[in-house]
Amino acid sequence: MTDVTDSYVTPDGRTIGGVVMEMNNITLRFGGVVAIKDISFNIREGEIRSIIGPNGAGKSSMLNVISGFYVPQEGEVLFHGKKRPPMRPYEVARQGIARTFQNIALFEGMSVLDNVMTGRLNYMKTNIFQQALWKGRAEAEEVENRAVVERIIDFLEIQHIRKTPVARLPYGLKKRVELARALAAEPKLLLLDEPMAGMNVEEKEDMSRFILDVNDEFGTTIALIEHDMGVVMDLSDRVVVMDYGRKIGDGTPAEILSNQAVIDAYLGVSHD
Amino acid sequence: MEKAQREAGQDISLAALLRRNARKFADRPAYREKEFGIWQCWTWAEVEVEITNLALGLIDLGLNEGDFVAIIGRNRPALYWSMVAVQMAGGVPVPLYQDAVAEEMEYVLGHCGARFVIAGDQEQIDKVVDVQEQLPKLKQMIYLDPRGLRKYDHTQLHAYTTVQANGAERRDKLAPIMEKRIAAMTADSTCIMLYTSGTTGKPKGVVLSNRNVIETARNSAKFDHLRSDENILSYLPMAWVGDFIFSVGQAYWCGFCTNCPESPDTMMTDLREIGPTYFFAPPRVFEGQLTNVMIRMEDASPLKRAMFHHFLNHAQKVGGDLLDGRPVGLWDRCKYALGNVLVYGPLKDTLGYGRIRVGYTAGEAIGPEIFAFFRSLGINLKQLYGQTEATVFITQQPDGQVRADTVGVPSPEVEIRIADNGEIFYRSPGVFVEYLDNPASTASTKDADGWVATGDAGFIEESSGHLRIIDRAKDVGKMADGSMFAPKFVENKLKFYPDLLEAVLFGDQRDRCVAFLNIDLTAVGNWAERNNIAYASYQELTAHPKVLETLASHVAEVNKSVAEDDMLSGCQIHRFVVLHKELDADDGEMTRTRKVRRRVVEEKYADIIAALYDGSETISTATEVTYEDGRKGEIRATLTLMDAEIATPKKMRVAAE
Repeated sequence: MTDVTDSYVTPDGRTIGGVVMEMNNITLRFGGVVAIKDISFNIREGEIRSIIGPNGAGKSSMLNVISGFYVPQEGEVLFHGKKRPPMRPYEVARQGIARTFQNIALFEGMSVLDNVMTGRLNYMKTNIFQQALWKGRAEAEEVENRAVVERIIDFLEIQHIRKTPVARLPYGLKKRVELARALAAEPKLLLLDEPMAGMNVEEKEDMSRFILDVNDEFGTTIALIEHDMGVVMDLSDRVVVMDYGRKIGDGTPAEILSNQAVIDAYLGVSHD
Repeated sequence: MEKAQREAGQDISLAALLRRNARKFADRPAYREKEFGIWQCWTWAEVEVEITNLALGLIDLGLNEGDFVAIIGRNRPALYWSMVAVQMAGGVPVPLYQDAVAEEMEYVLGHCGARFVIAGDQEQIDKVVDVQEQLPKLKQMIYLDPRGLRKYDHTQLHAYTTVQANGAERRDKLAPIMEKRIAAMTADSTCIMLYTSGTTGKPKGVVLSNRNVIETARNSAKFDHLRSDENILSYLPMAWVGDFIFSVGQAYWCGFCTNCPESPDTMMTDLREIGPTYFFAPPRVFEGQLTNVMIRMEDASPLKRAMFHHFLNHAQKVGGDLLDGRPVGLWDRCKYALGNVLVYGPLKDTLGYGRIRVGYTAGEAIGPEIFAFFRSLGINLKQLYGQTEATVFITQQPDGQVRADTVGVPSPEVEIRIADNGEIFYRSPGVFVEYLDNPASTASTKDADGWVATGDAGFIEESSGHLRIIDRAKDVGKMADGSMFAPKFVENKLKFYPDLLEAVLFGDQRDRCVAFLNIDLTAVGNWAERNNIAYASYQELTAHPKVLETLASHVAEVNKSVAEDDMLSGCQIHRFVVLHKELDADDGEMTRTRKVRRRVVEEKYADIIAALYDGSETISTATEVTYEDGRKGEIRATLTLMDAEIATPKKMRVAAE
């Protein structure tokens, strides 16, 4: 493996920096069930890092460990080289980590615009009373944040549904709105939990395009979980493969595709 | 008047008009574009700076006099500025259809030998890069939206803003060159080149001079009393001559404001926010809106629905007369005024037509009911007839003389002549210079005296002096028994049903007519939902027995109405089929302006036509389709061929009595 402190340039011209997050010997148990068993890997600045594996392999649990939602019983998580203490969700967000969910978690009754605006909450300093009175600072603050949100709406091409209540949107667009809300927080690290689940080919292509553009345009580090192997291999710089809570592979897409343990896990092993 | 003429003498180019406007209307809005949720605005003075800097930047990049510069993208102010900047830098702008696939672009870029391309975004740049190897003359590409293009090789690729900045920086050195090129322009210099959509064969490059564009803009602006405070919404393809004349020609002549939508999907919202005073739309936009209004009224409360229909009926009765200034009784006037407060006004506001003074529709025939609906609301919707070779205007309807079945009187300074075979010829200051590098076609279209063949057959109605169009002259044929075959006549009757999107009639040299139909997915889909009819795909919906039944009744009604016509009663539809896919420009079945390419359709679906004539009940067929990105696929389907009810022609009924 390349030295973790060096930065390098990918063949398509992006600069991948040093390690921003490091998982060391993580073990996560729910009672007697071991969801994650002694896993170590890292995420480097500016890269698209994928976690793949069959159903029940522990991918979503892993993402929750990265986001700080689950605290592993063993092992440590280093963020920018420092050991991370247990945190509340808003503290995670303030550290520059945002995520989307496998099962969409938007405010269904609110418009797309309002949903995306909620992603800016960490940047707002006025309190509820100031906002209700809509005077001075509160007004200026909303204008500033709205400007950021509008850029994201433009970026993800959802201008036409700006004022539409989320409940009325089709699935593919809801996924895009969720991405918009995560981006509104201007994260350094973006976690995507199956961003393409349940989409048709065209929607998947659009979403892949957006993920690449986000990474390229904002330099956002992205960790994602995905089932569609084709998508993962096309998008990712490096891939972690999990099976039954263990890490069975880690490397570039090309390395993963030729890894016998991965092939066995995905295609099965013949027993004769 | 004298002053106007003097001005006309000076204002011989768009560059000159731009400078005049920057002086005369300095602080007035010239362009608006909705971006980041807000309408951004540029005044004429600001626009002059933007365009000048770009023109200087283009010269800096090596643009020579007479170079062709392709402009590709959706309607955005910066692309409109590019057109004028190219002209100021001595080049010739060539707007292209943004939804064209790479091969189509290769043809036109290669044909005119474009040296520069100015594109809206990565999608367009990608298409040009795909075919770049076949285009040795192409030197520089400029893009507006940098997204996704950061990592591209920038030796031949430049950001729009960088080009402008370079131009501004080297102004002292470059300005004299630009001024020299502007001074060298005459009324006969080329202003723009536009490719015809081409229902047959390859597109042809129509060269229009400054005289063509500016005199046409002046005449047409005078005809409709356009002023400097008009607002238009520019959303139709920039490669289409109409958009150029409305959004550039007339806008520069009058000094009015051009508004660009945020994205193609937000057009209807943007239309409502801008509330244009001068508006153009092809019939399908009006059809779509009417269908939408009717569908949404079905969901309204019973009281609202009753009120809507009551006042709409009243509008149908007197609205058109009020608009045309014909006498209407006092009671009816009062009731209409009340309806205006309760129904028409709010409806017009919702549609974005609250402020329209002049609206036009053209390109295809518009359904009389649709036309009457919009007019009865008090919207001054009119028809015009034109083509690229005429710089749009051939005939148009004057205020107060508007009818659904004619296209109006000759536009100012246009002469019209009908040939013996019925073909329409015209001569005007707008008549194009030539087809680029195609003297044979130029000669066969335009004669030495400047008369141009339209390719359409029609006649001048004696009572009113208005022109009526029958069909494309080459599409008019003869049935086996010698009677006239005019497919458009029948197709238009069919297309006026909201659930029918497209129809193609066959029957030239045959003993009877058959037809292909395309359903309108919005209308039929909505109908299916209301009637609890489940369907998984477009294809499945087209084959549903209930859908076929409804369409058969439409065809029977059309046959009845066709039978009333003495000349064309032979064009009744004997059998028809509902196609399993929509006719599409990507498959070459339609032009980019959505006109059916009859020959292509006839060849492609020859098996279905044969089955319609040999009397089979069903046919299994496989059709190749092209996806938006150019990949090909195949659709297989078994289609039911339907028999239609035939009506007895009027003349035969008379004979029998």
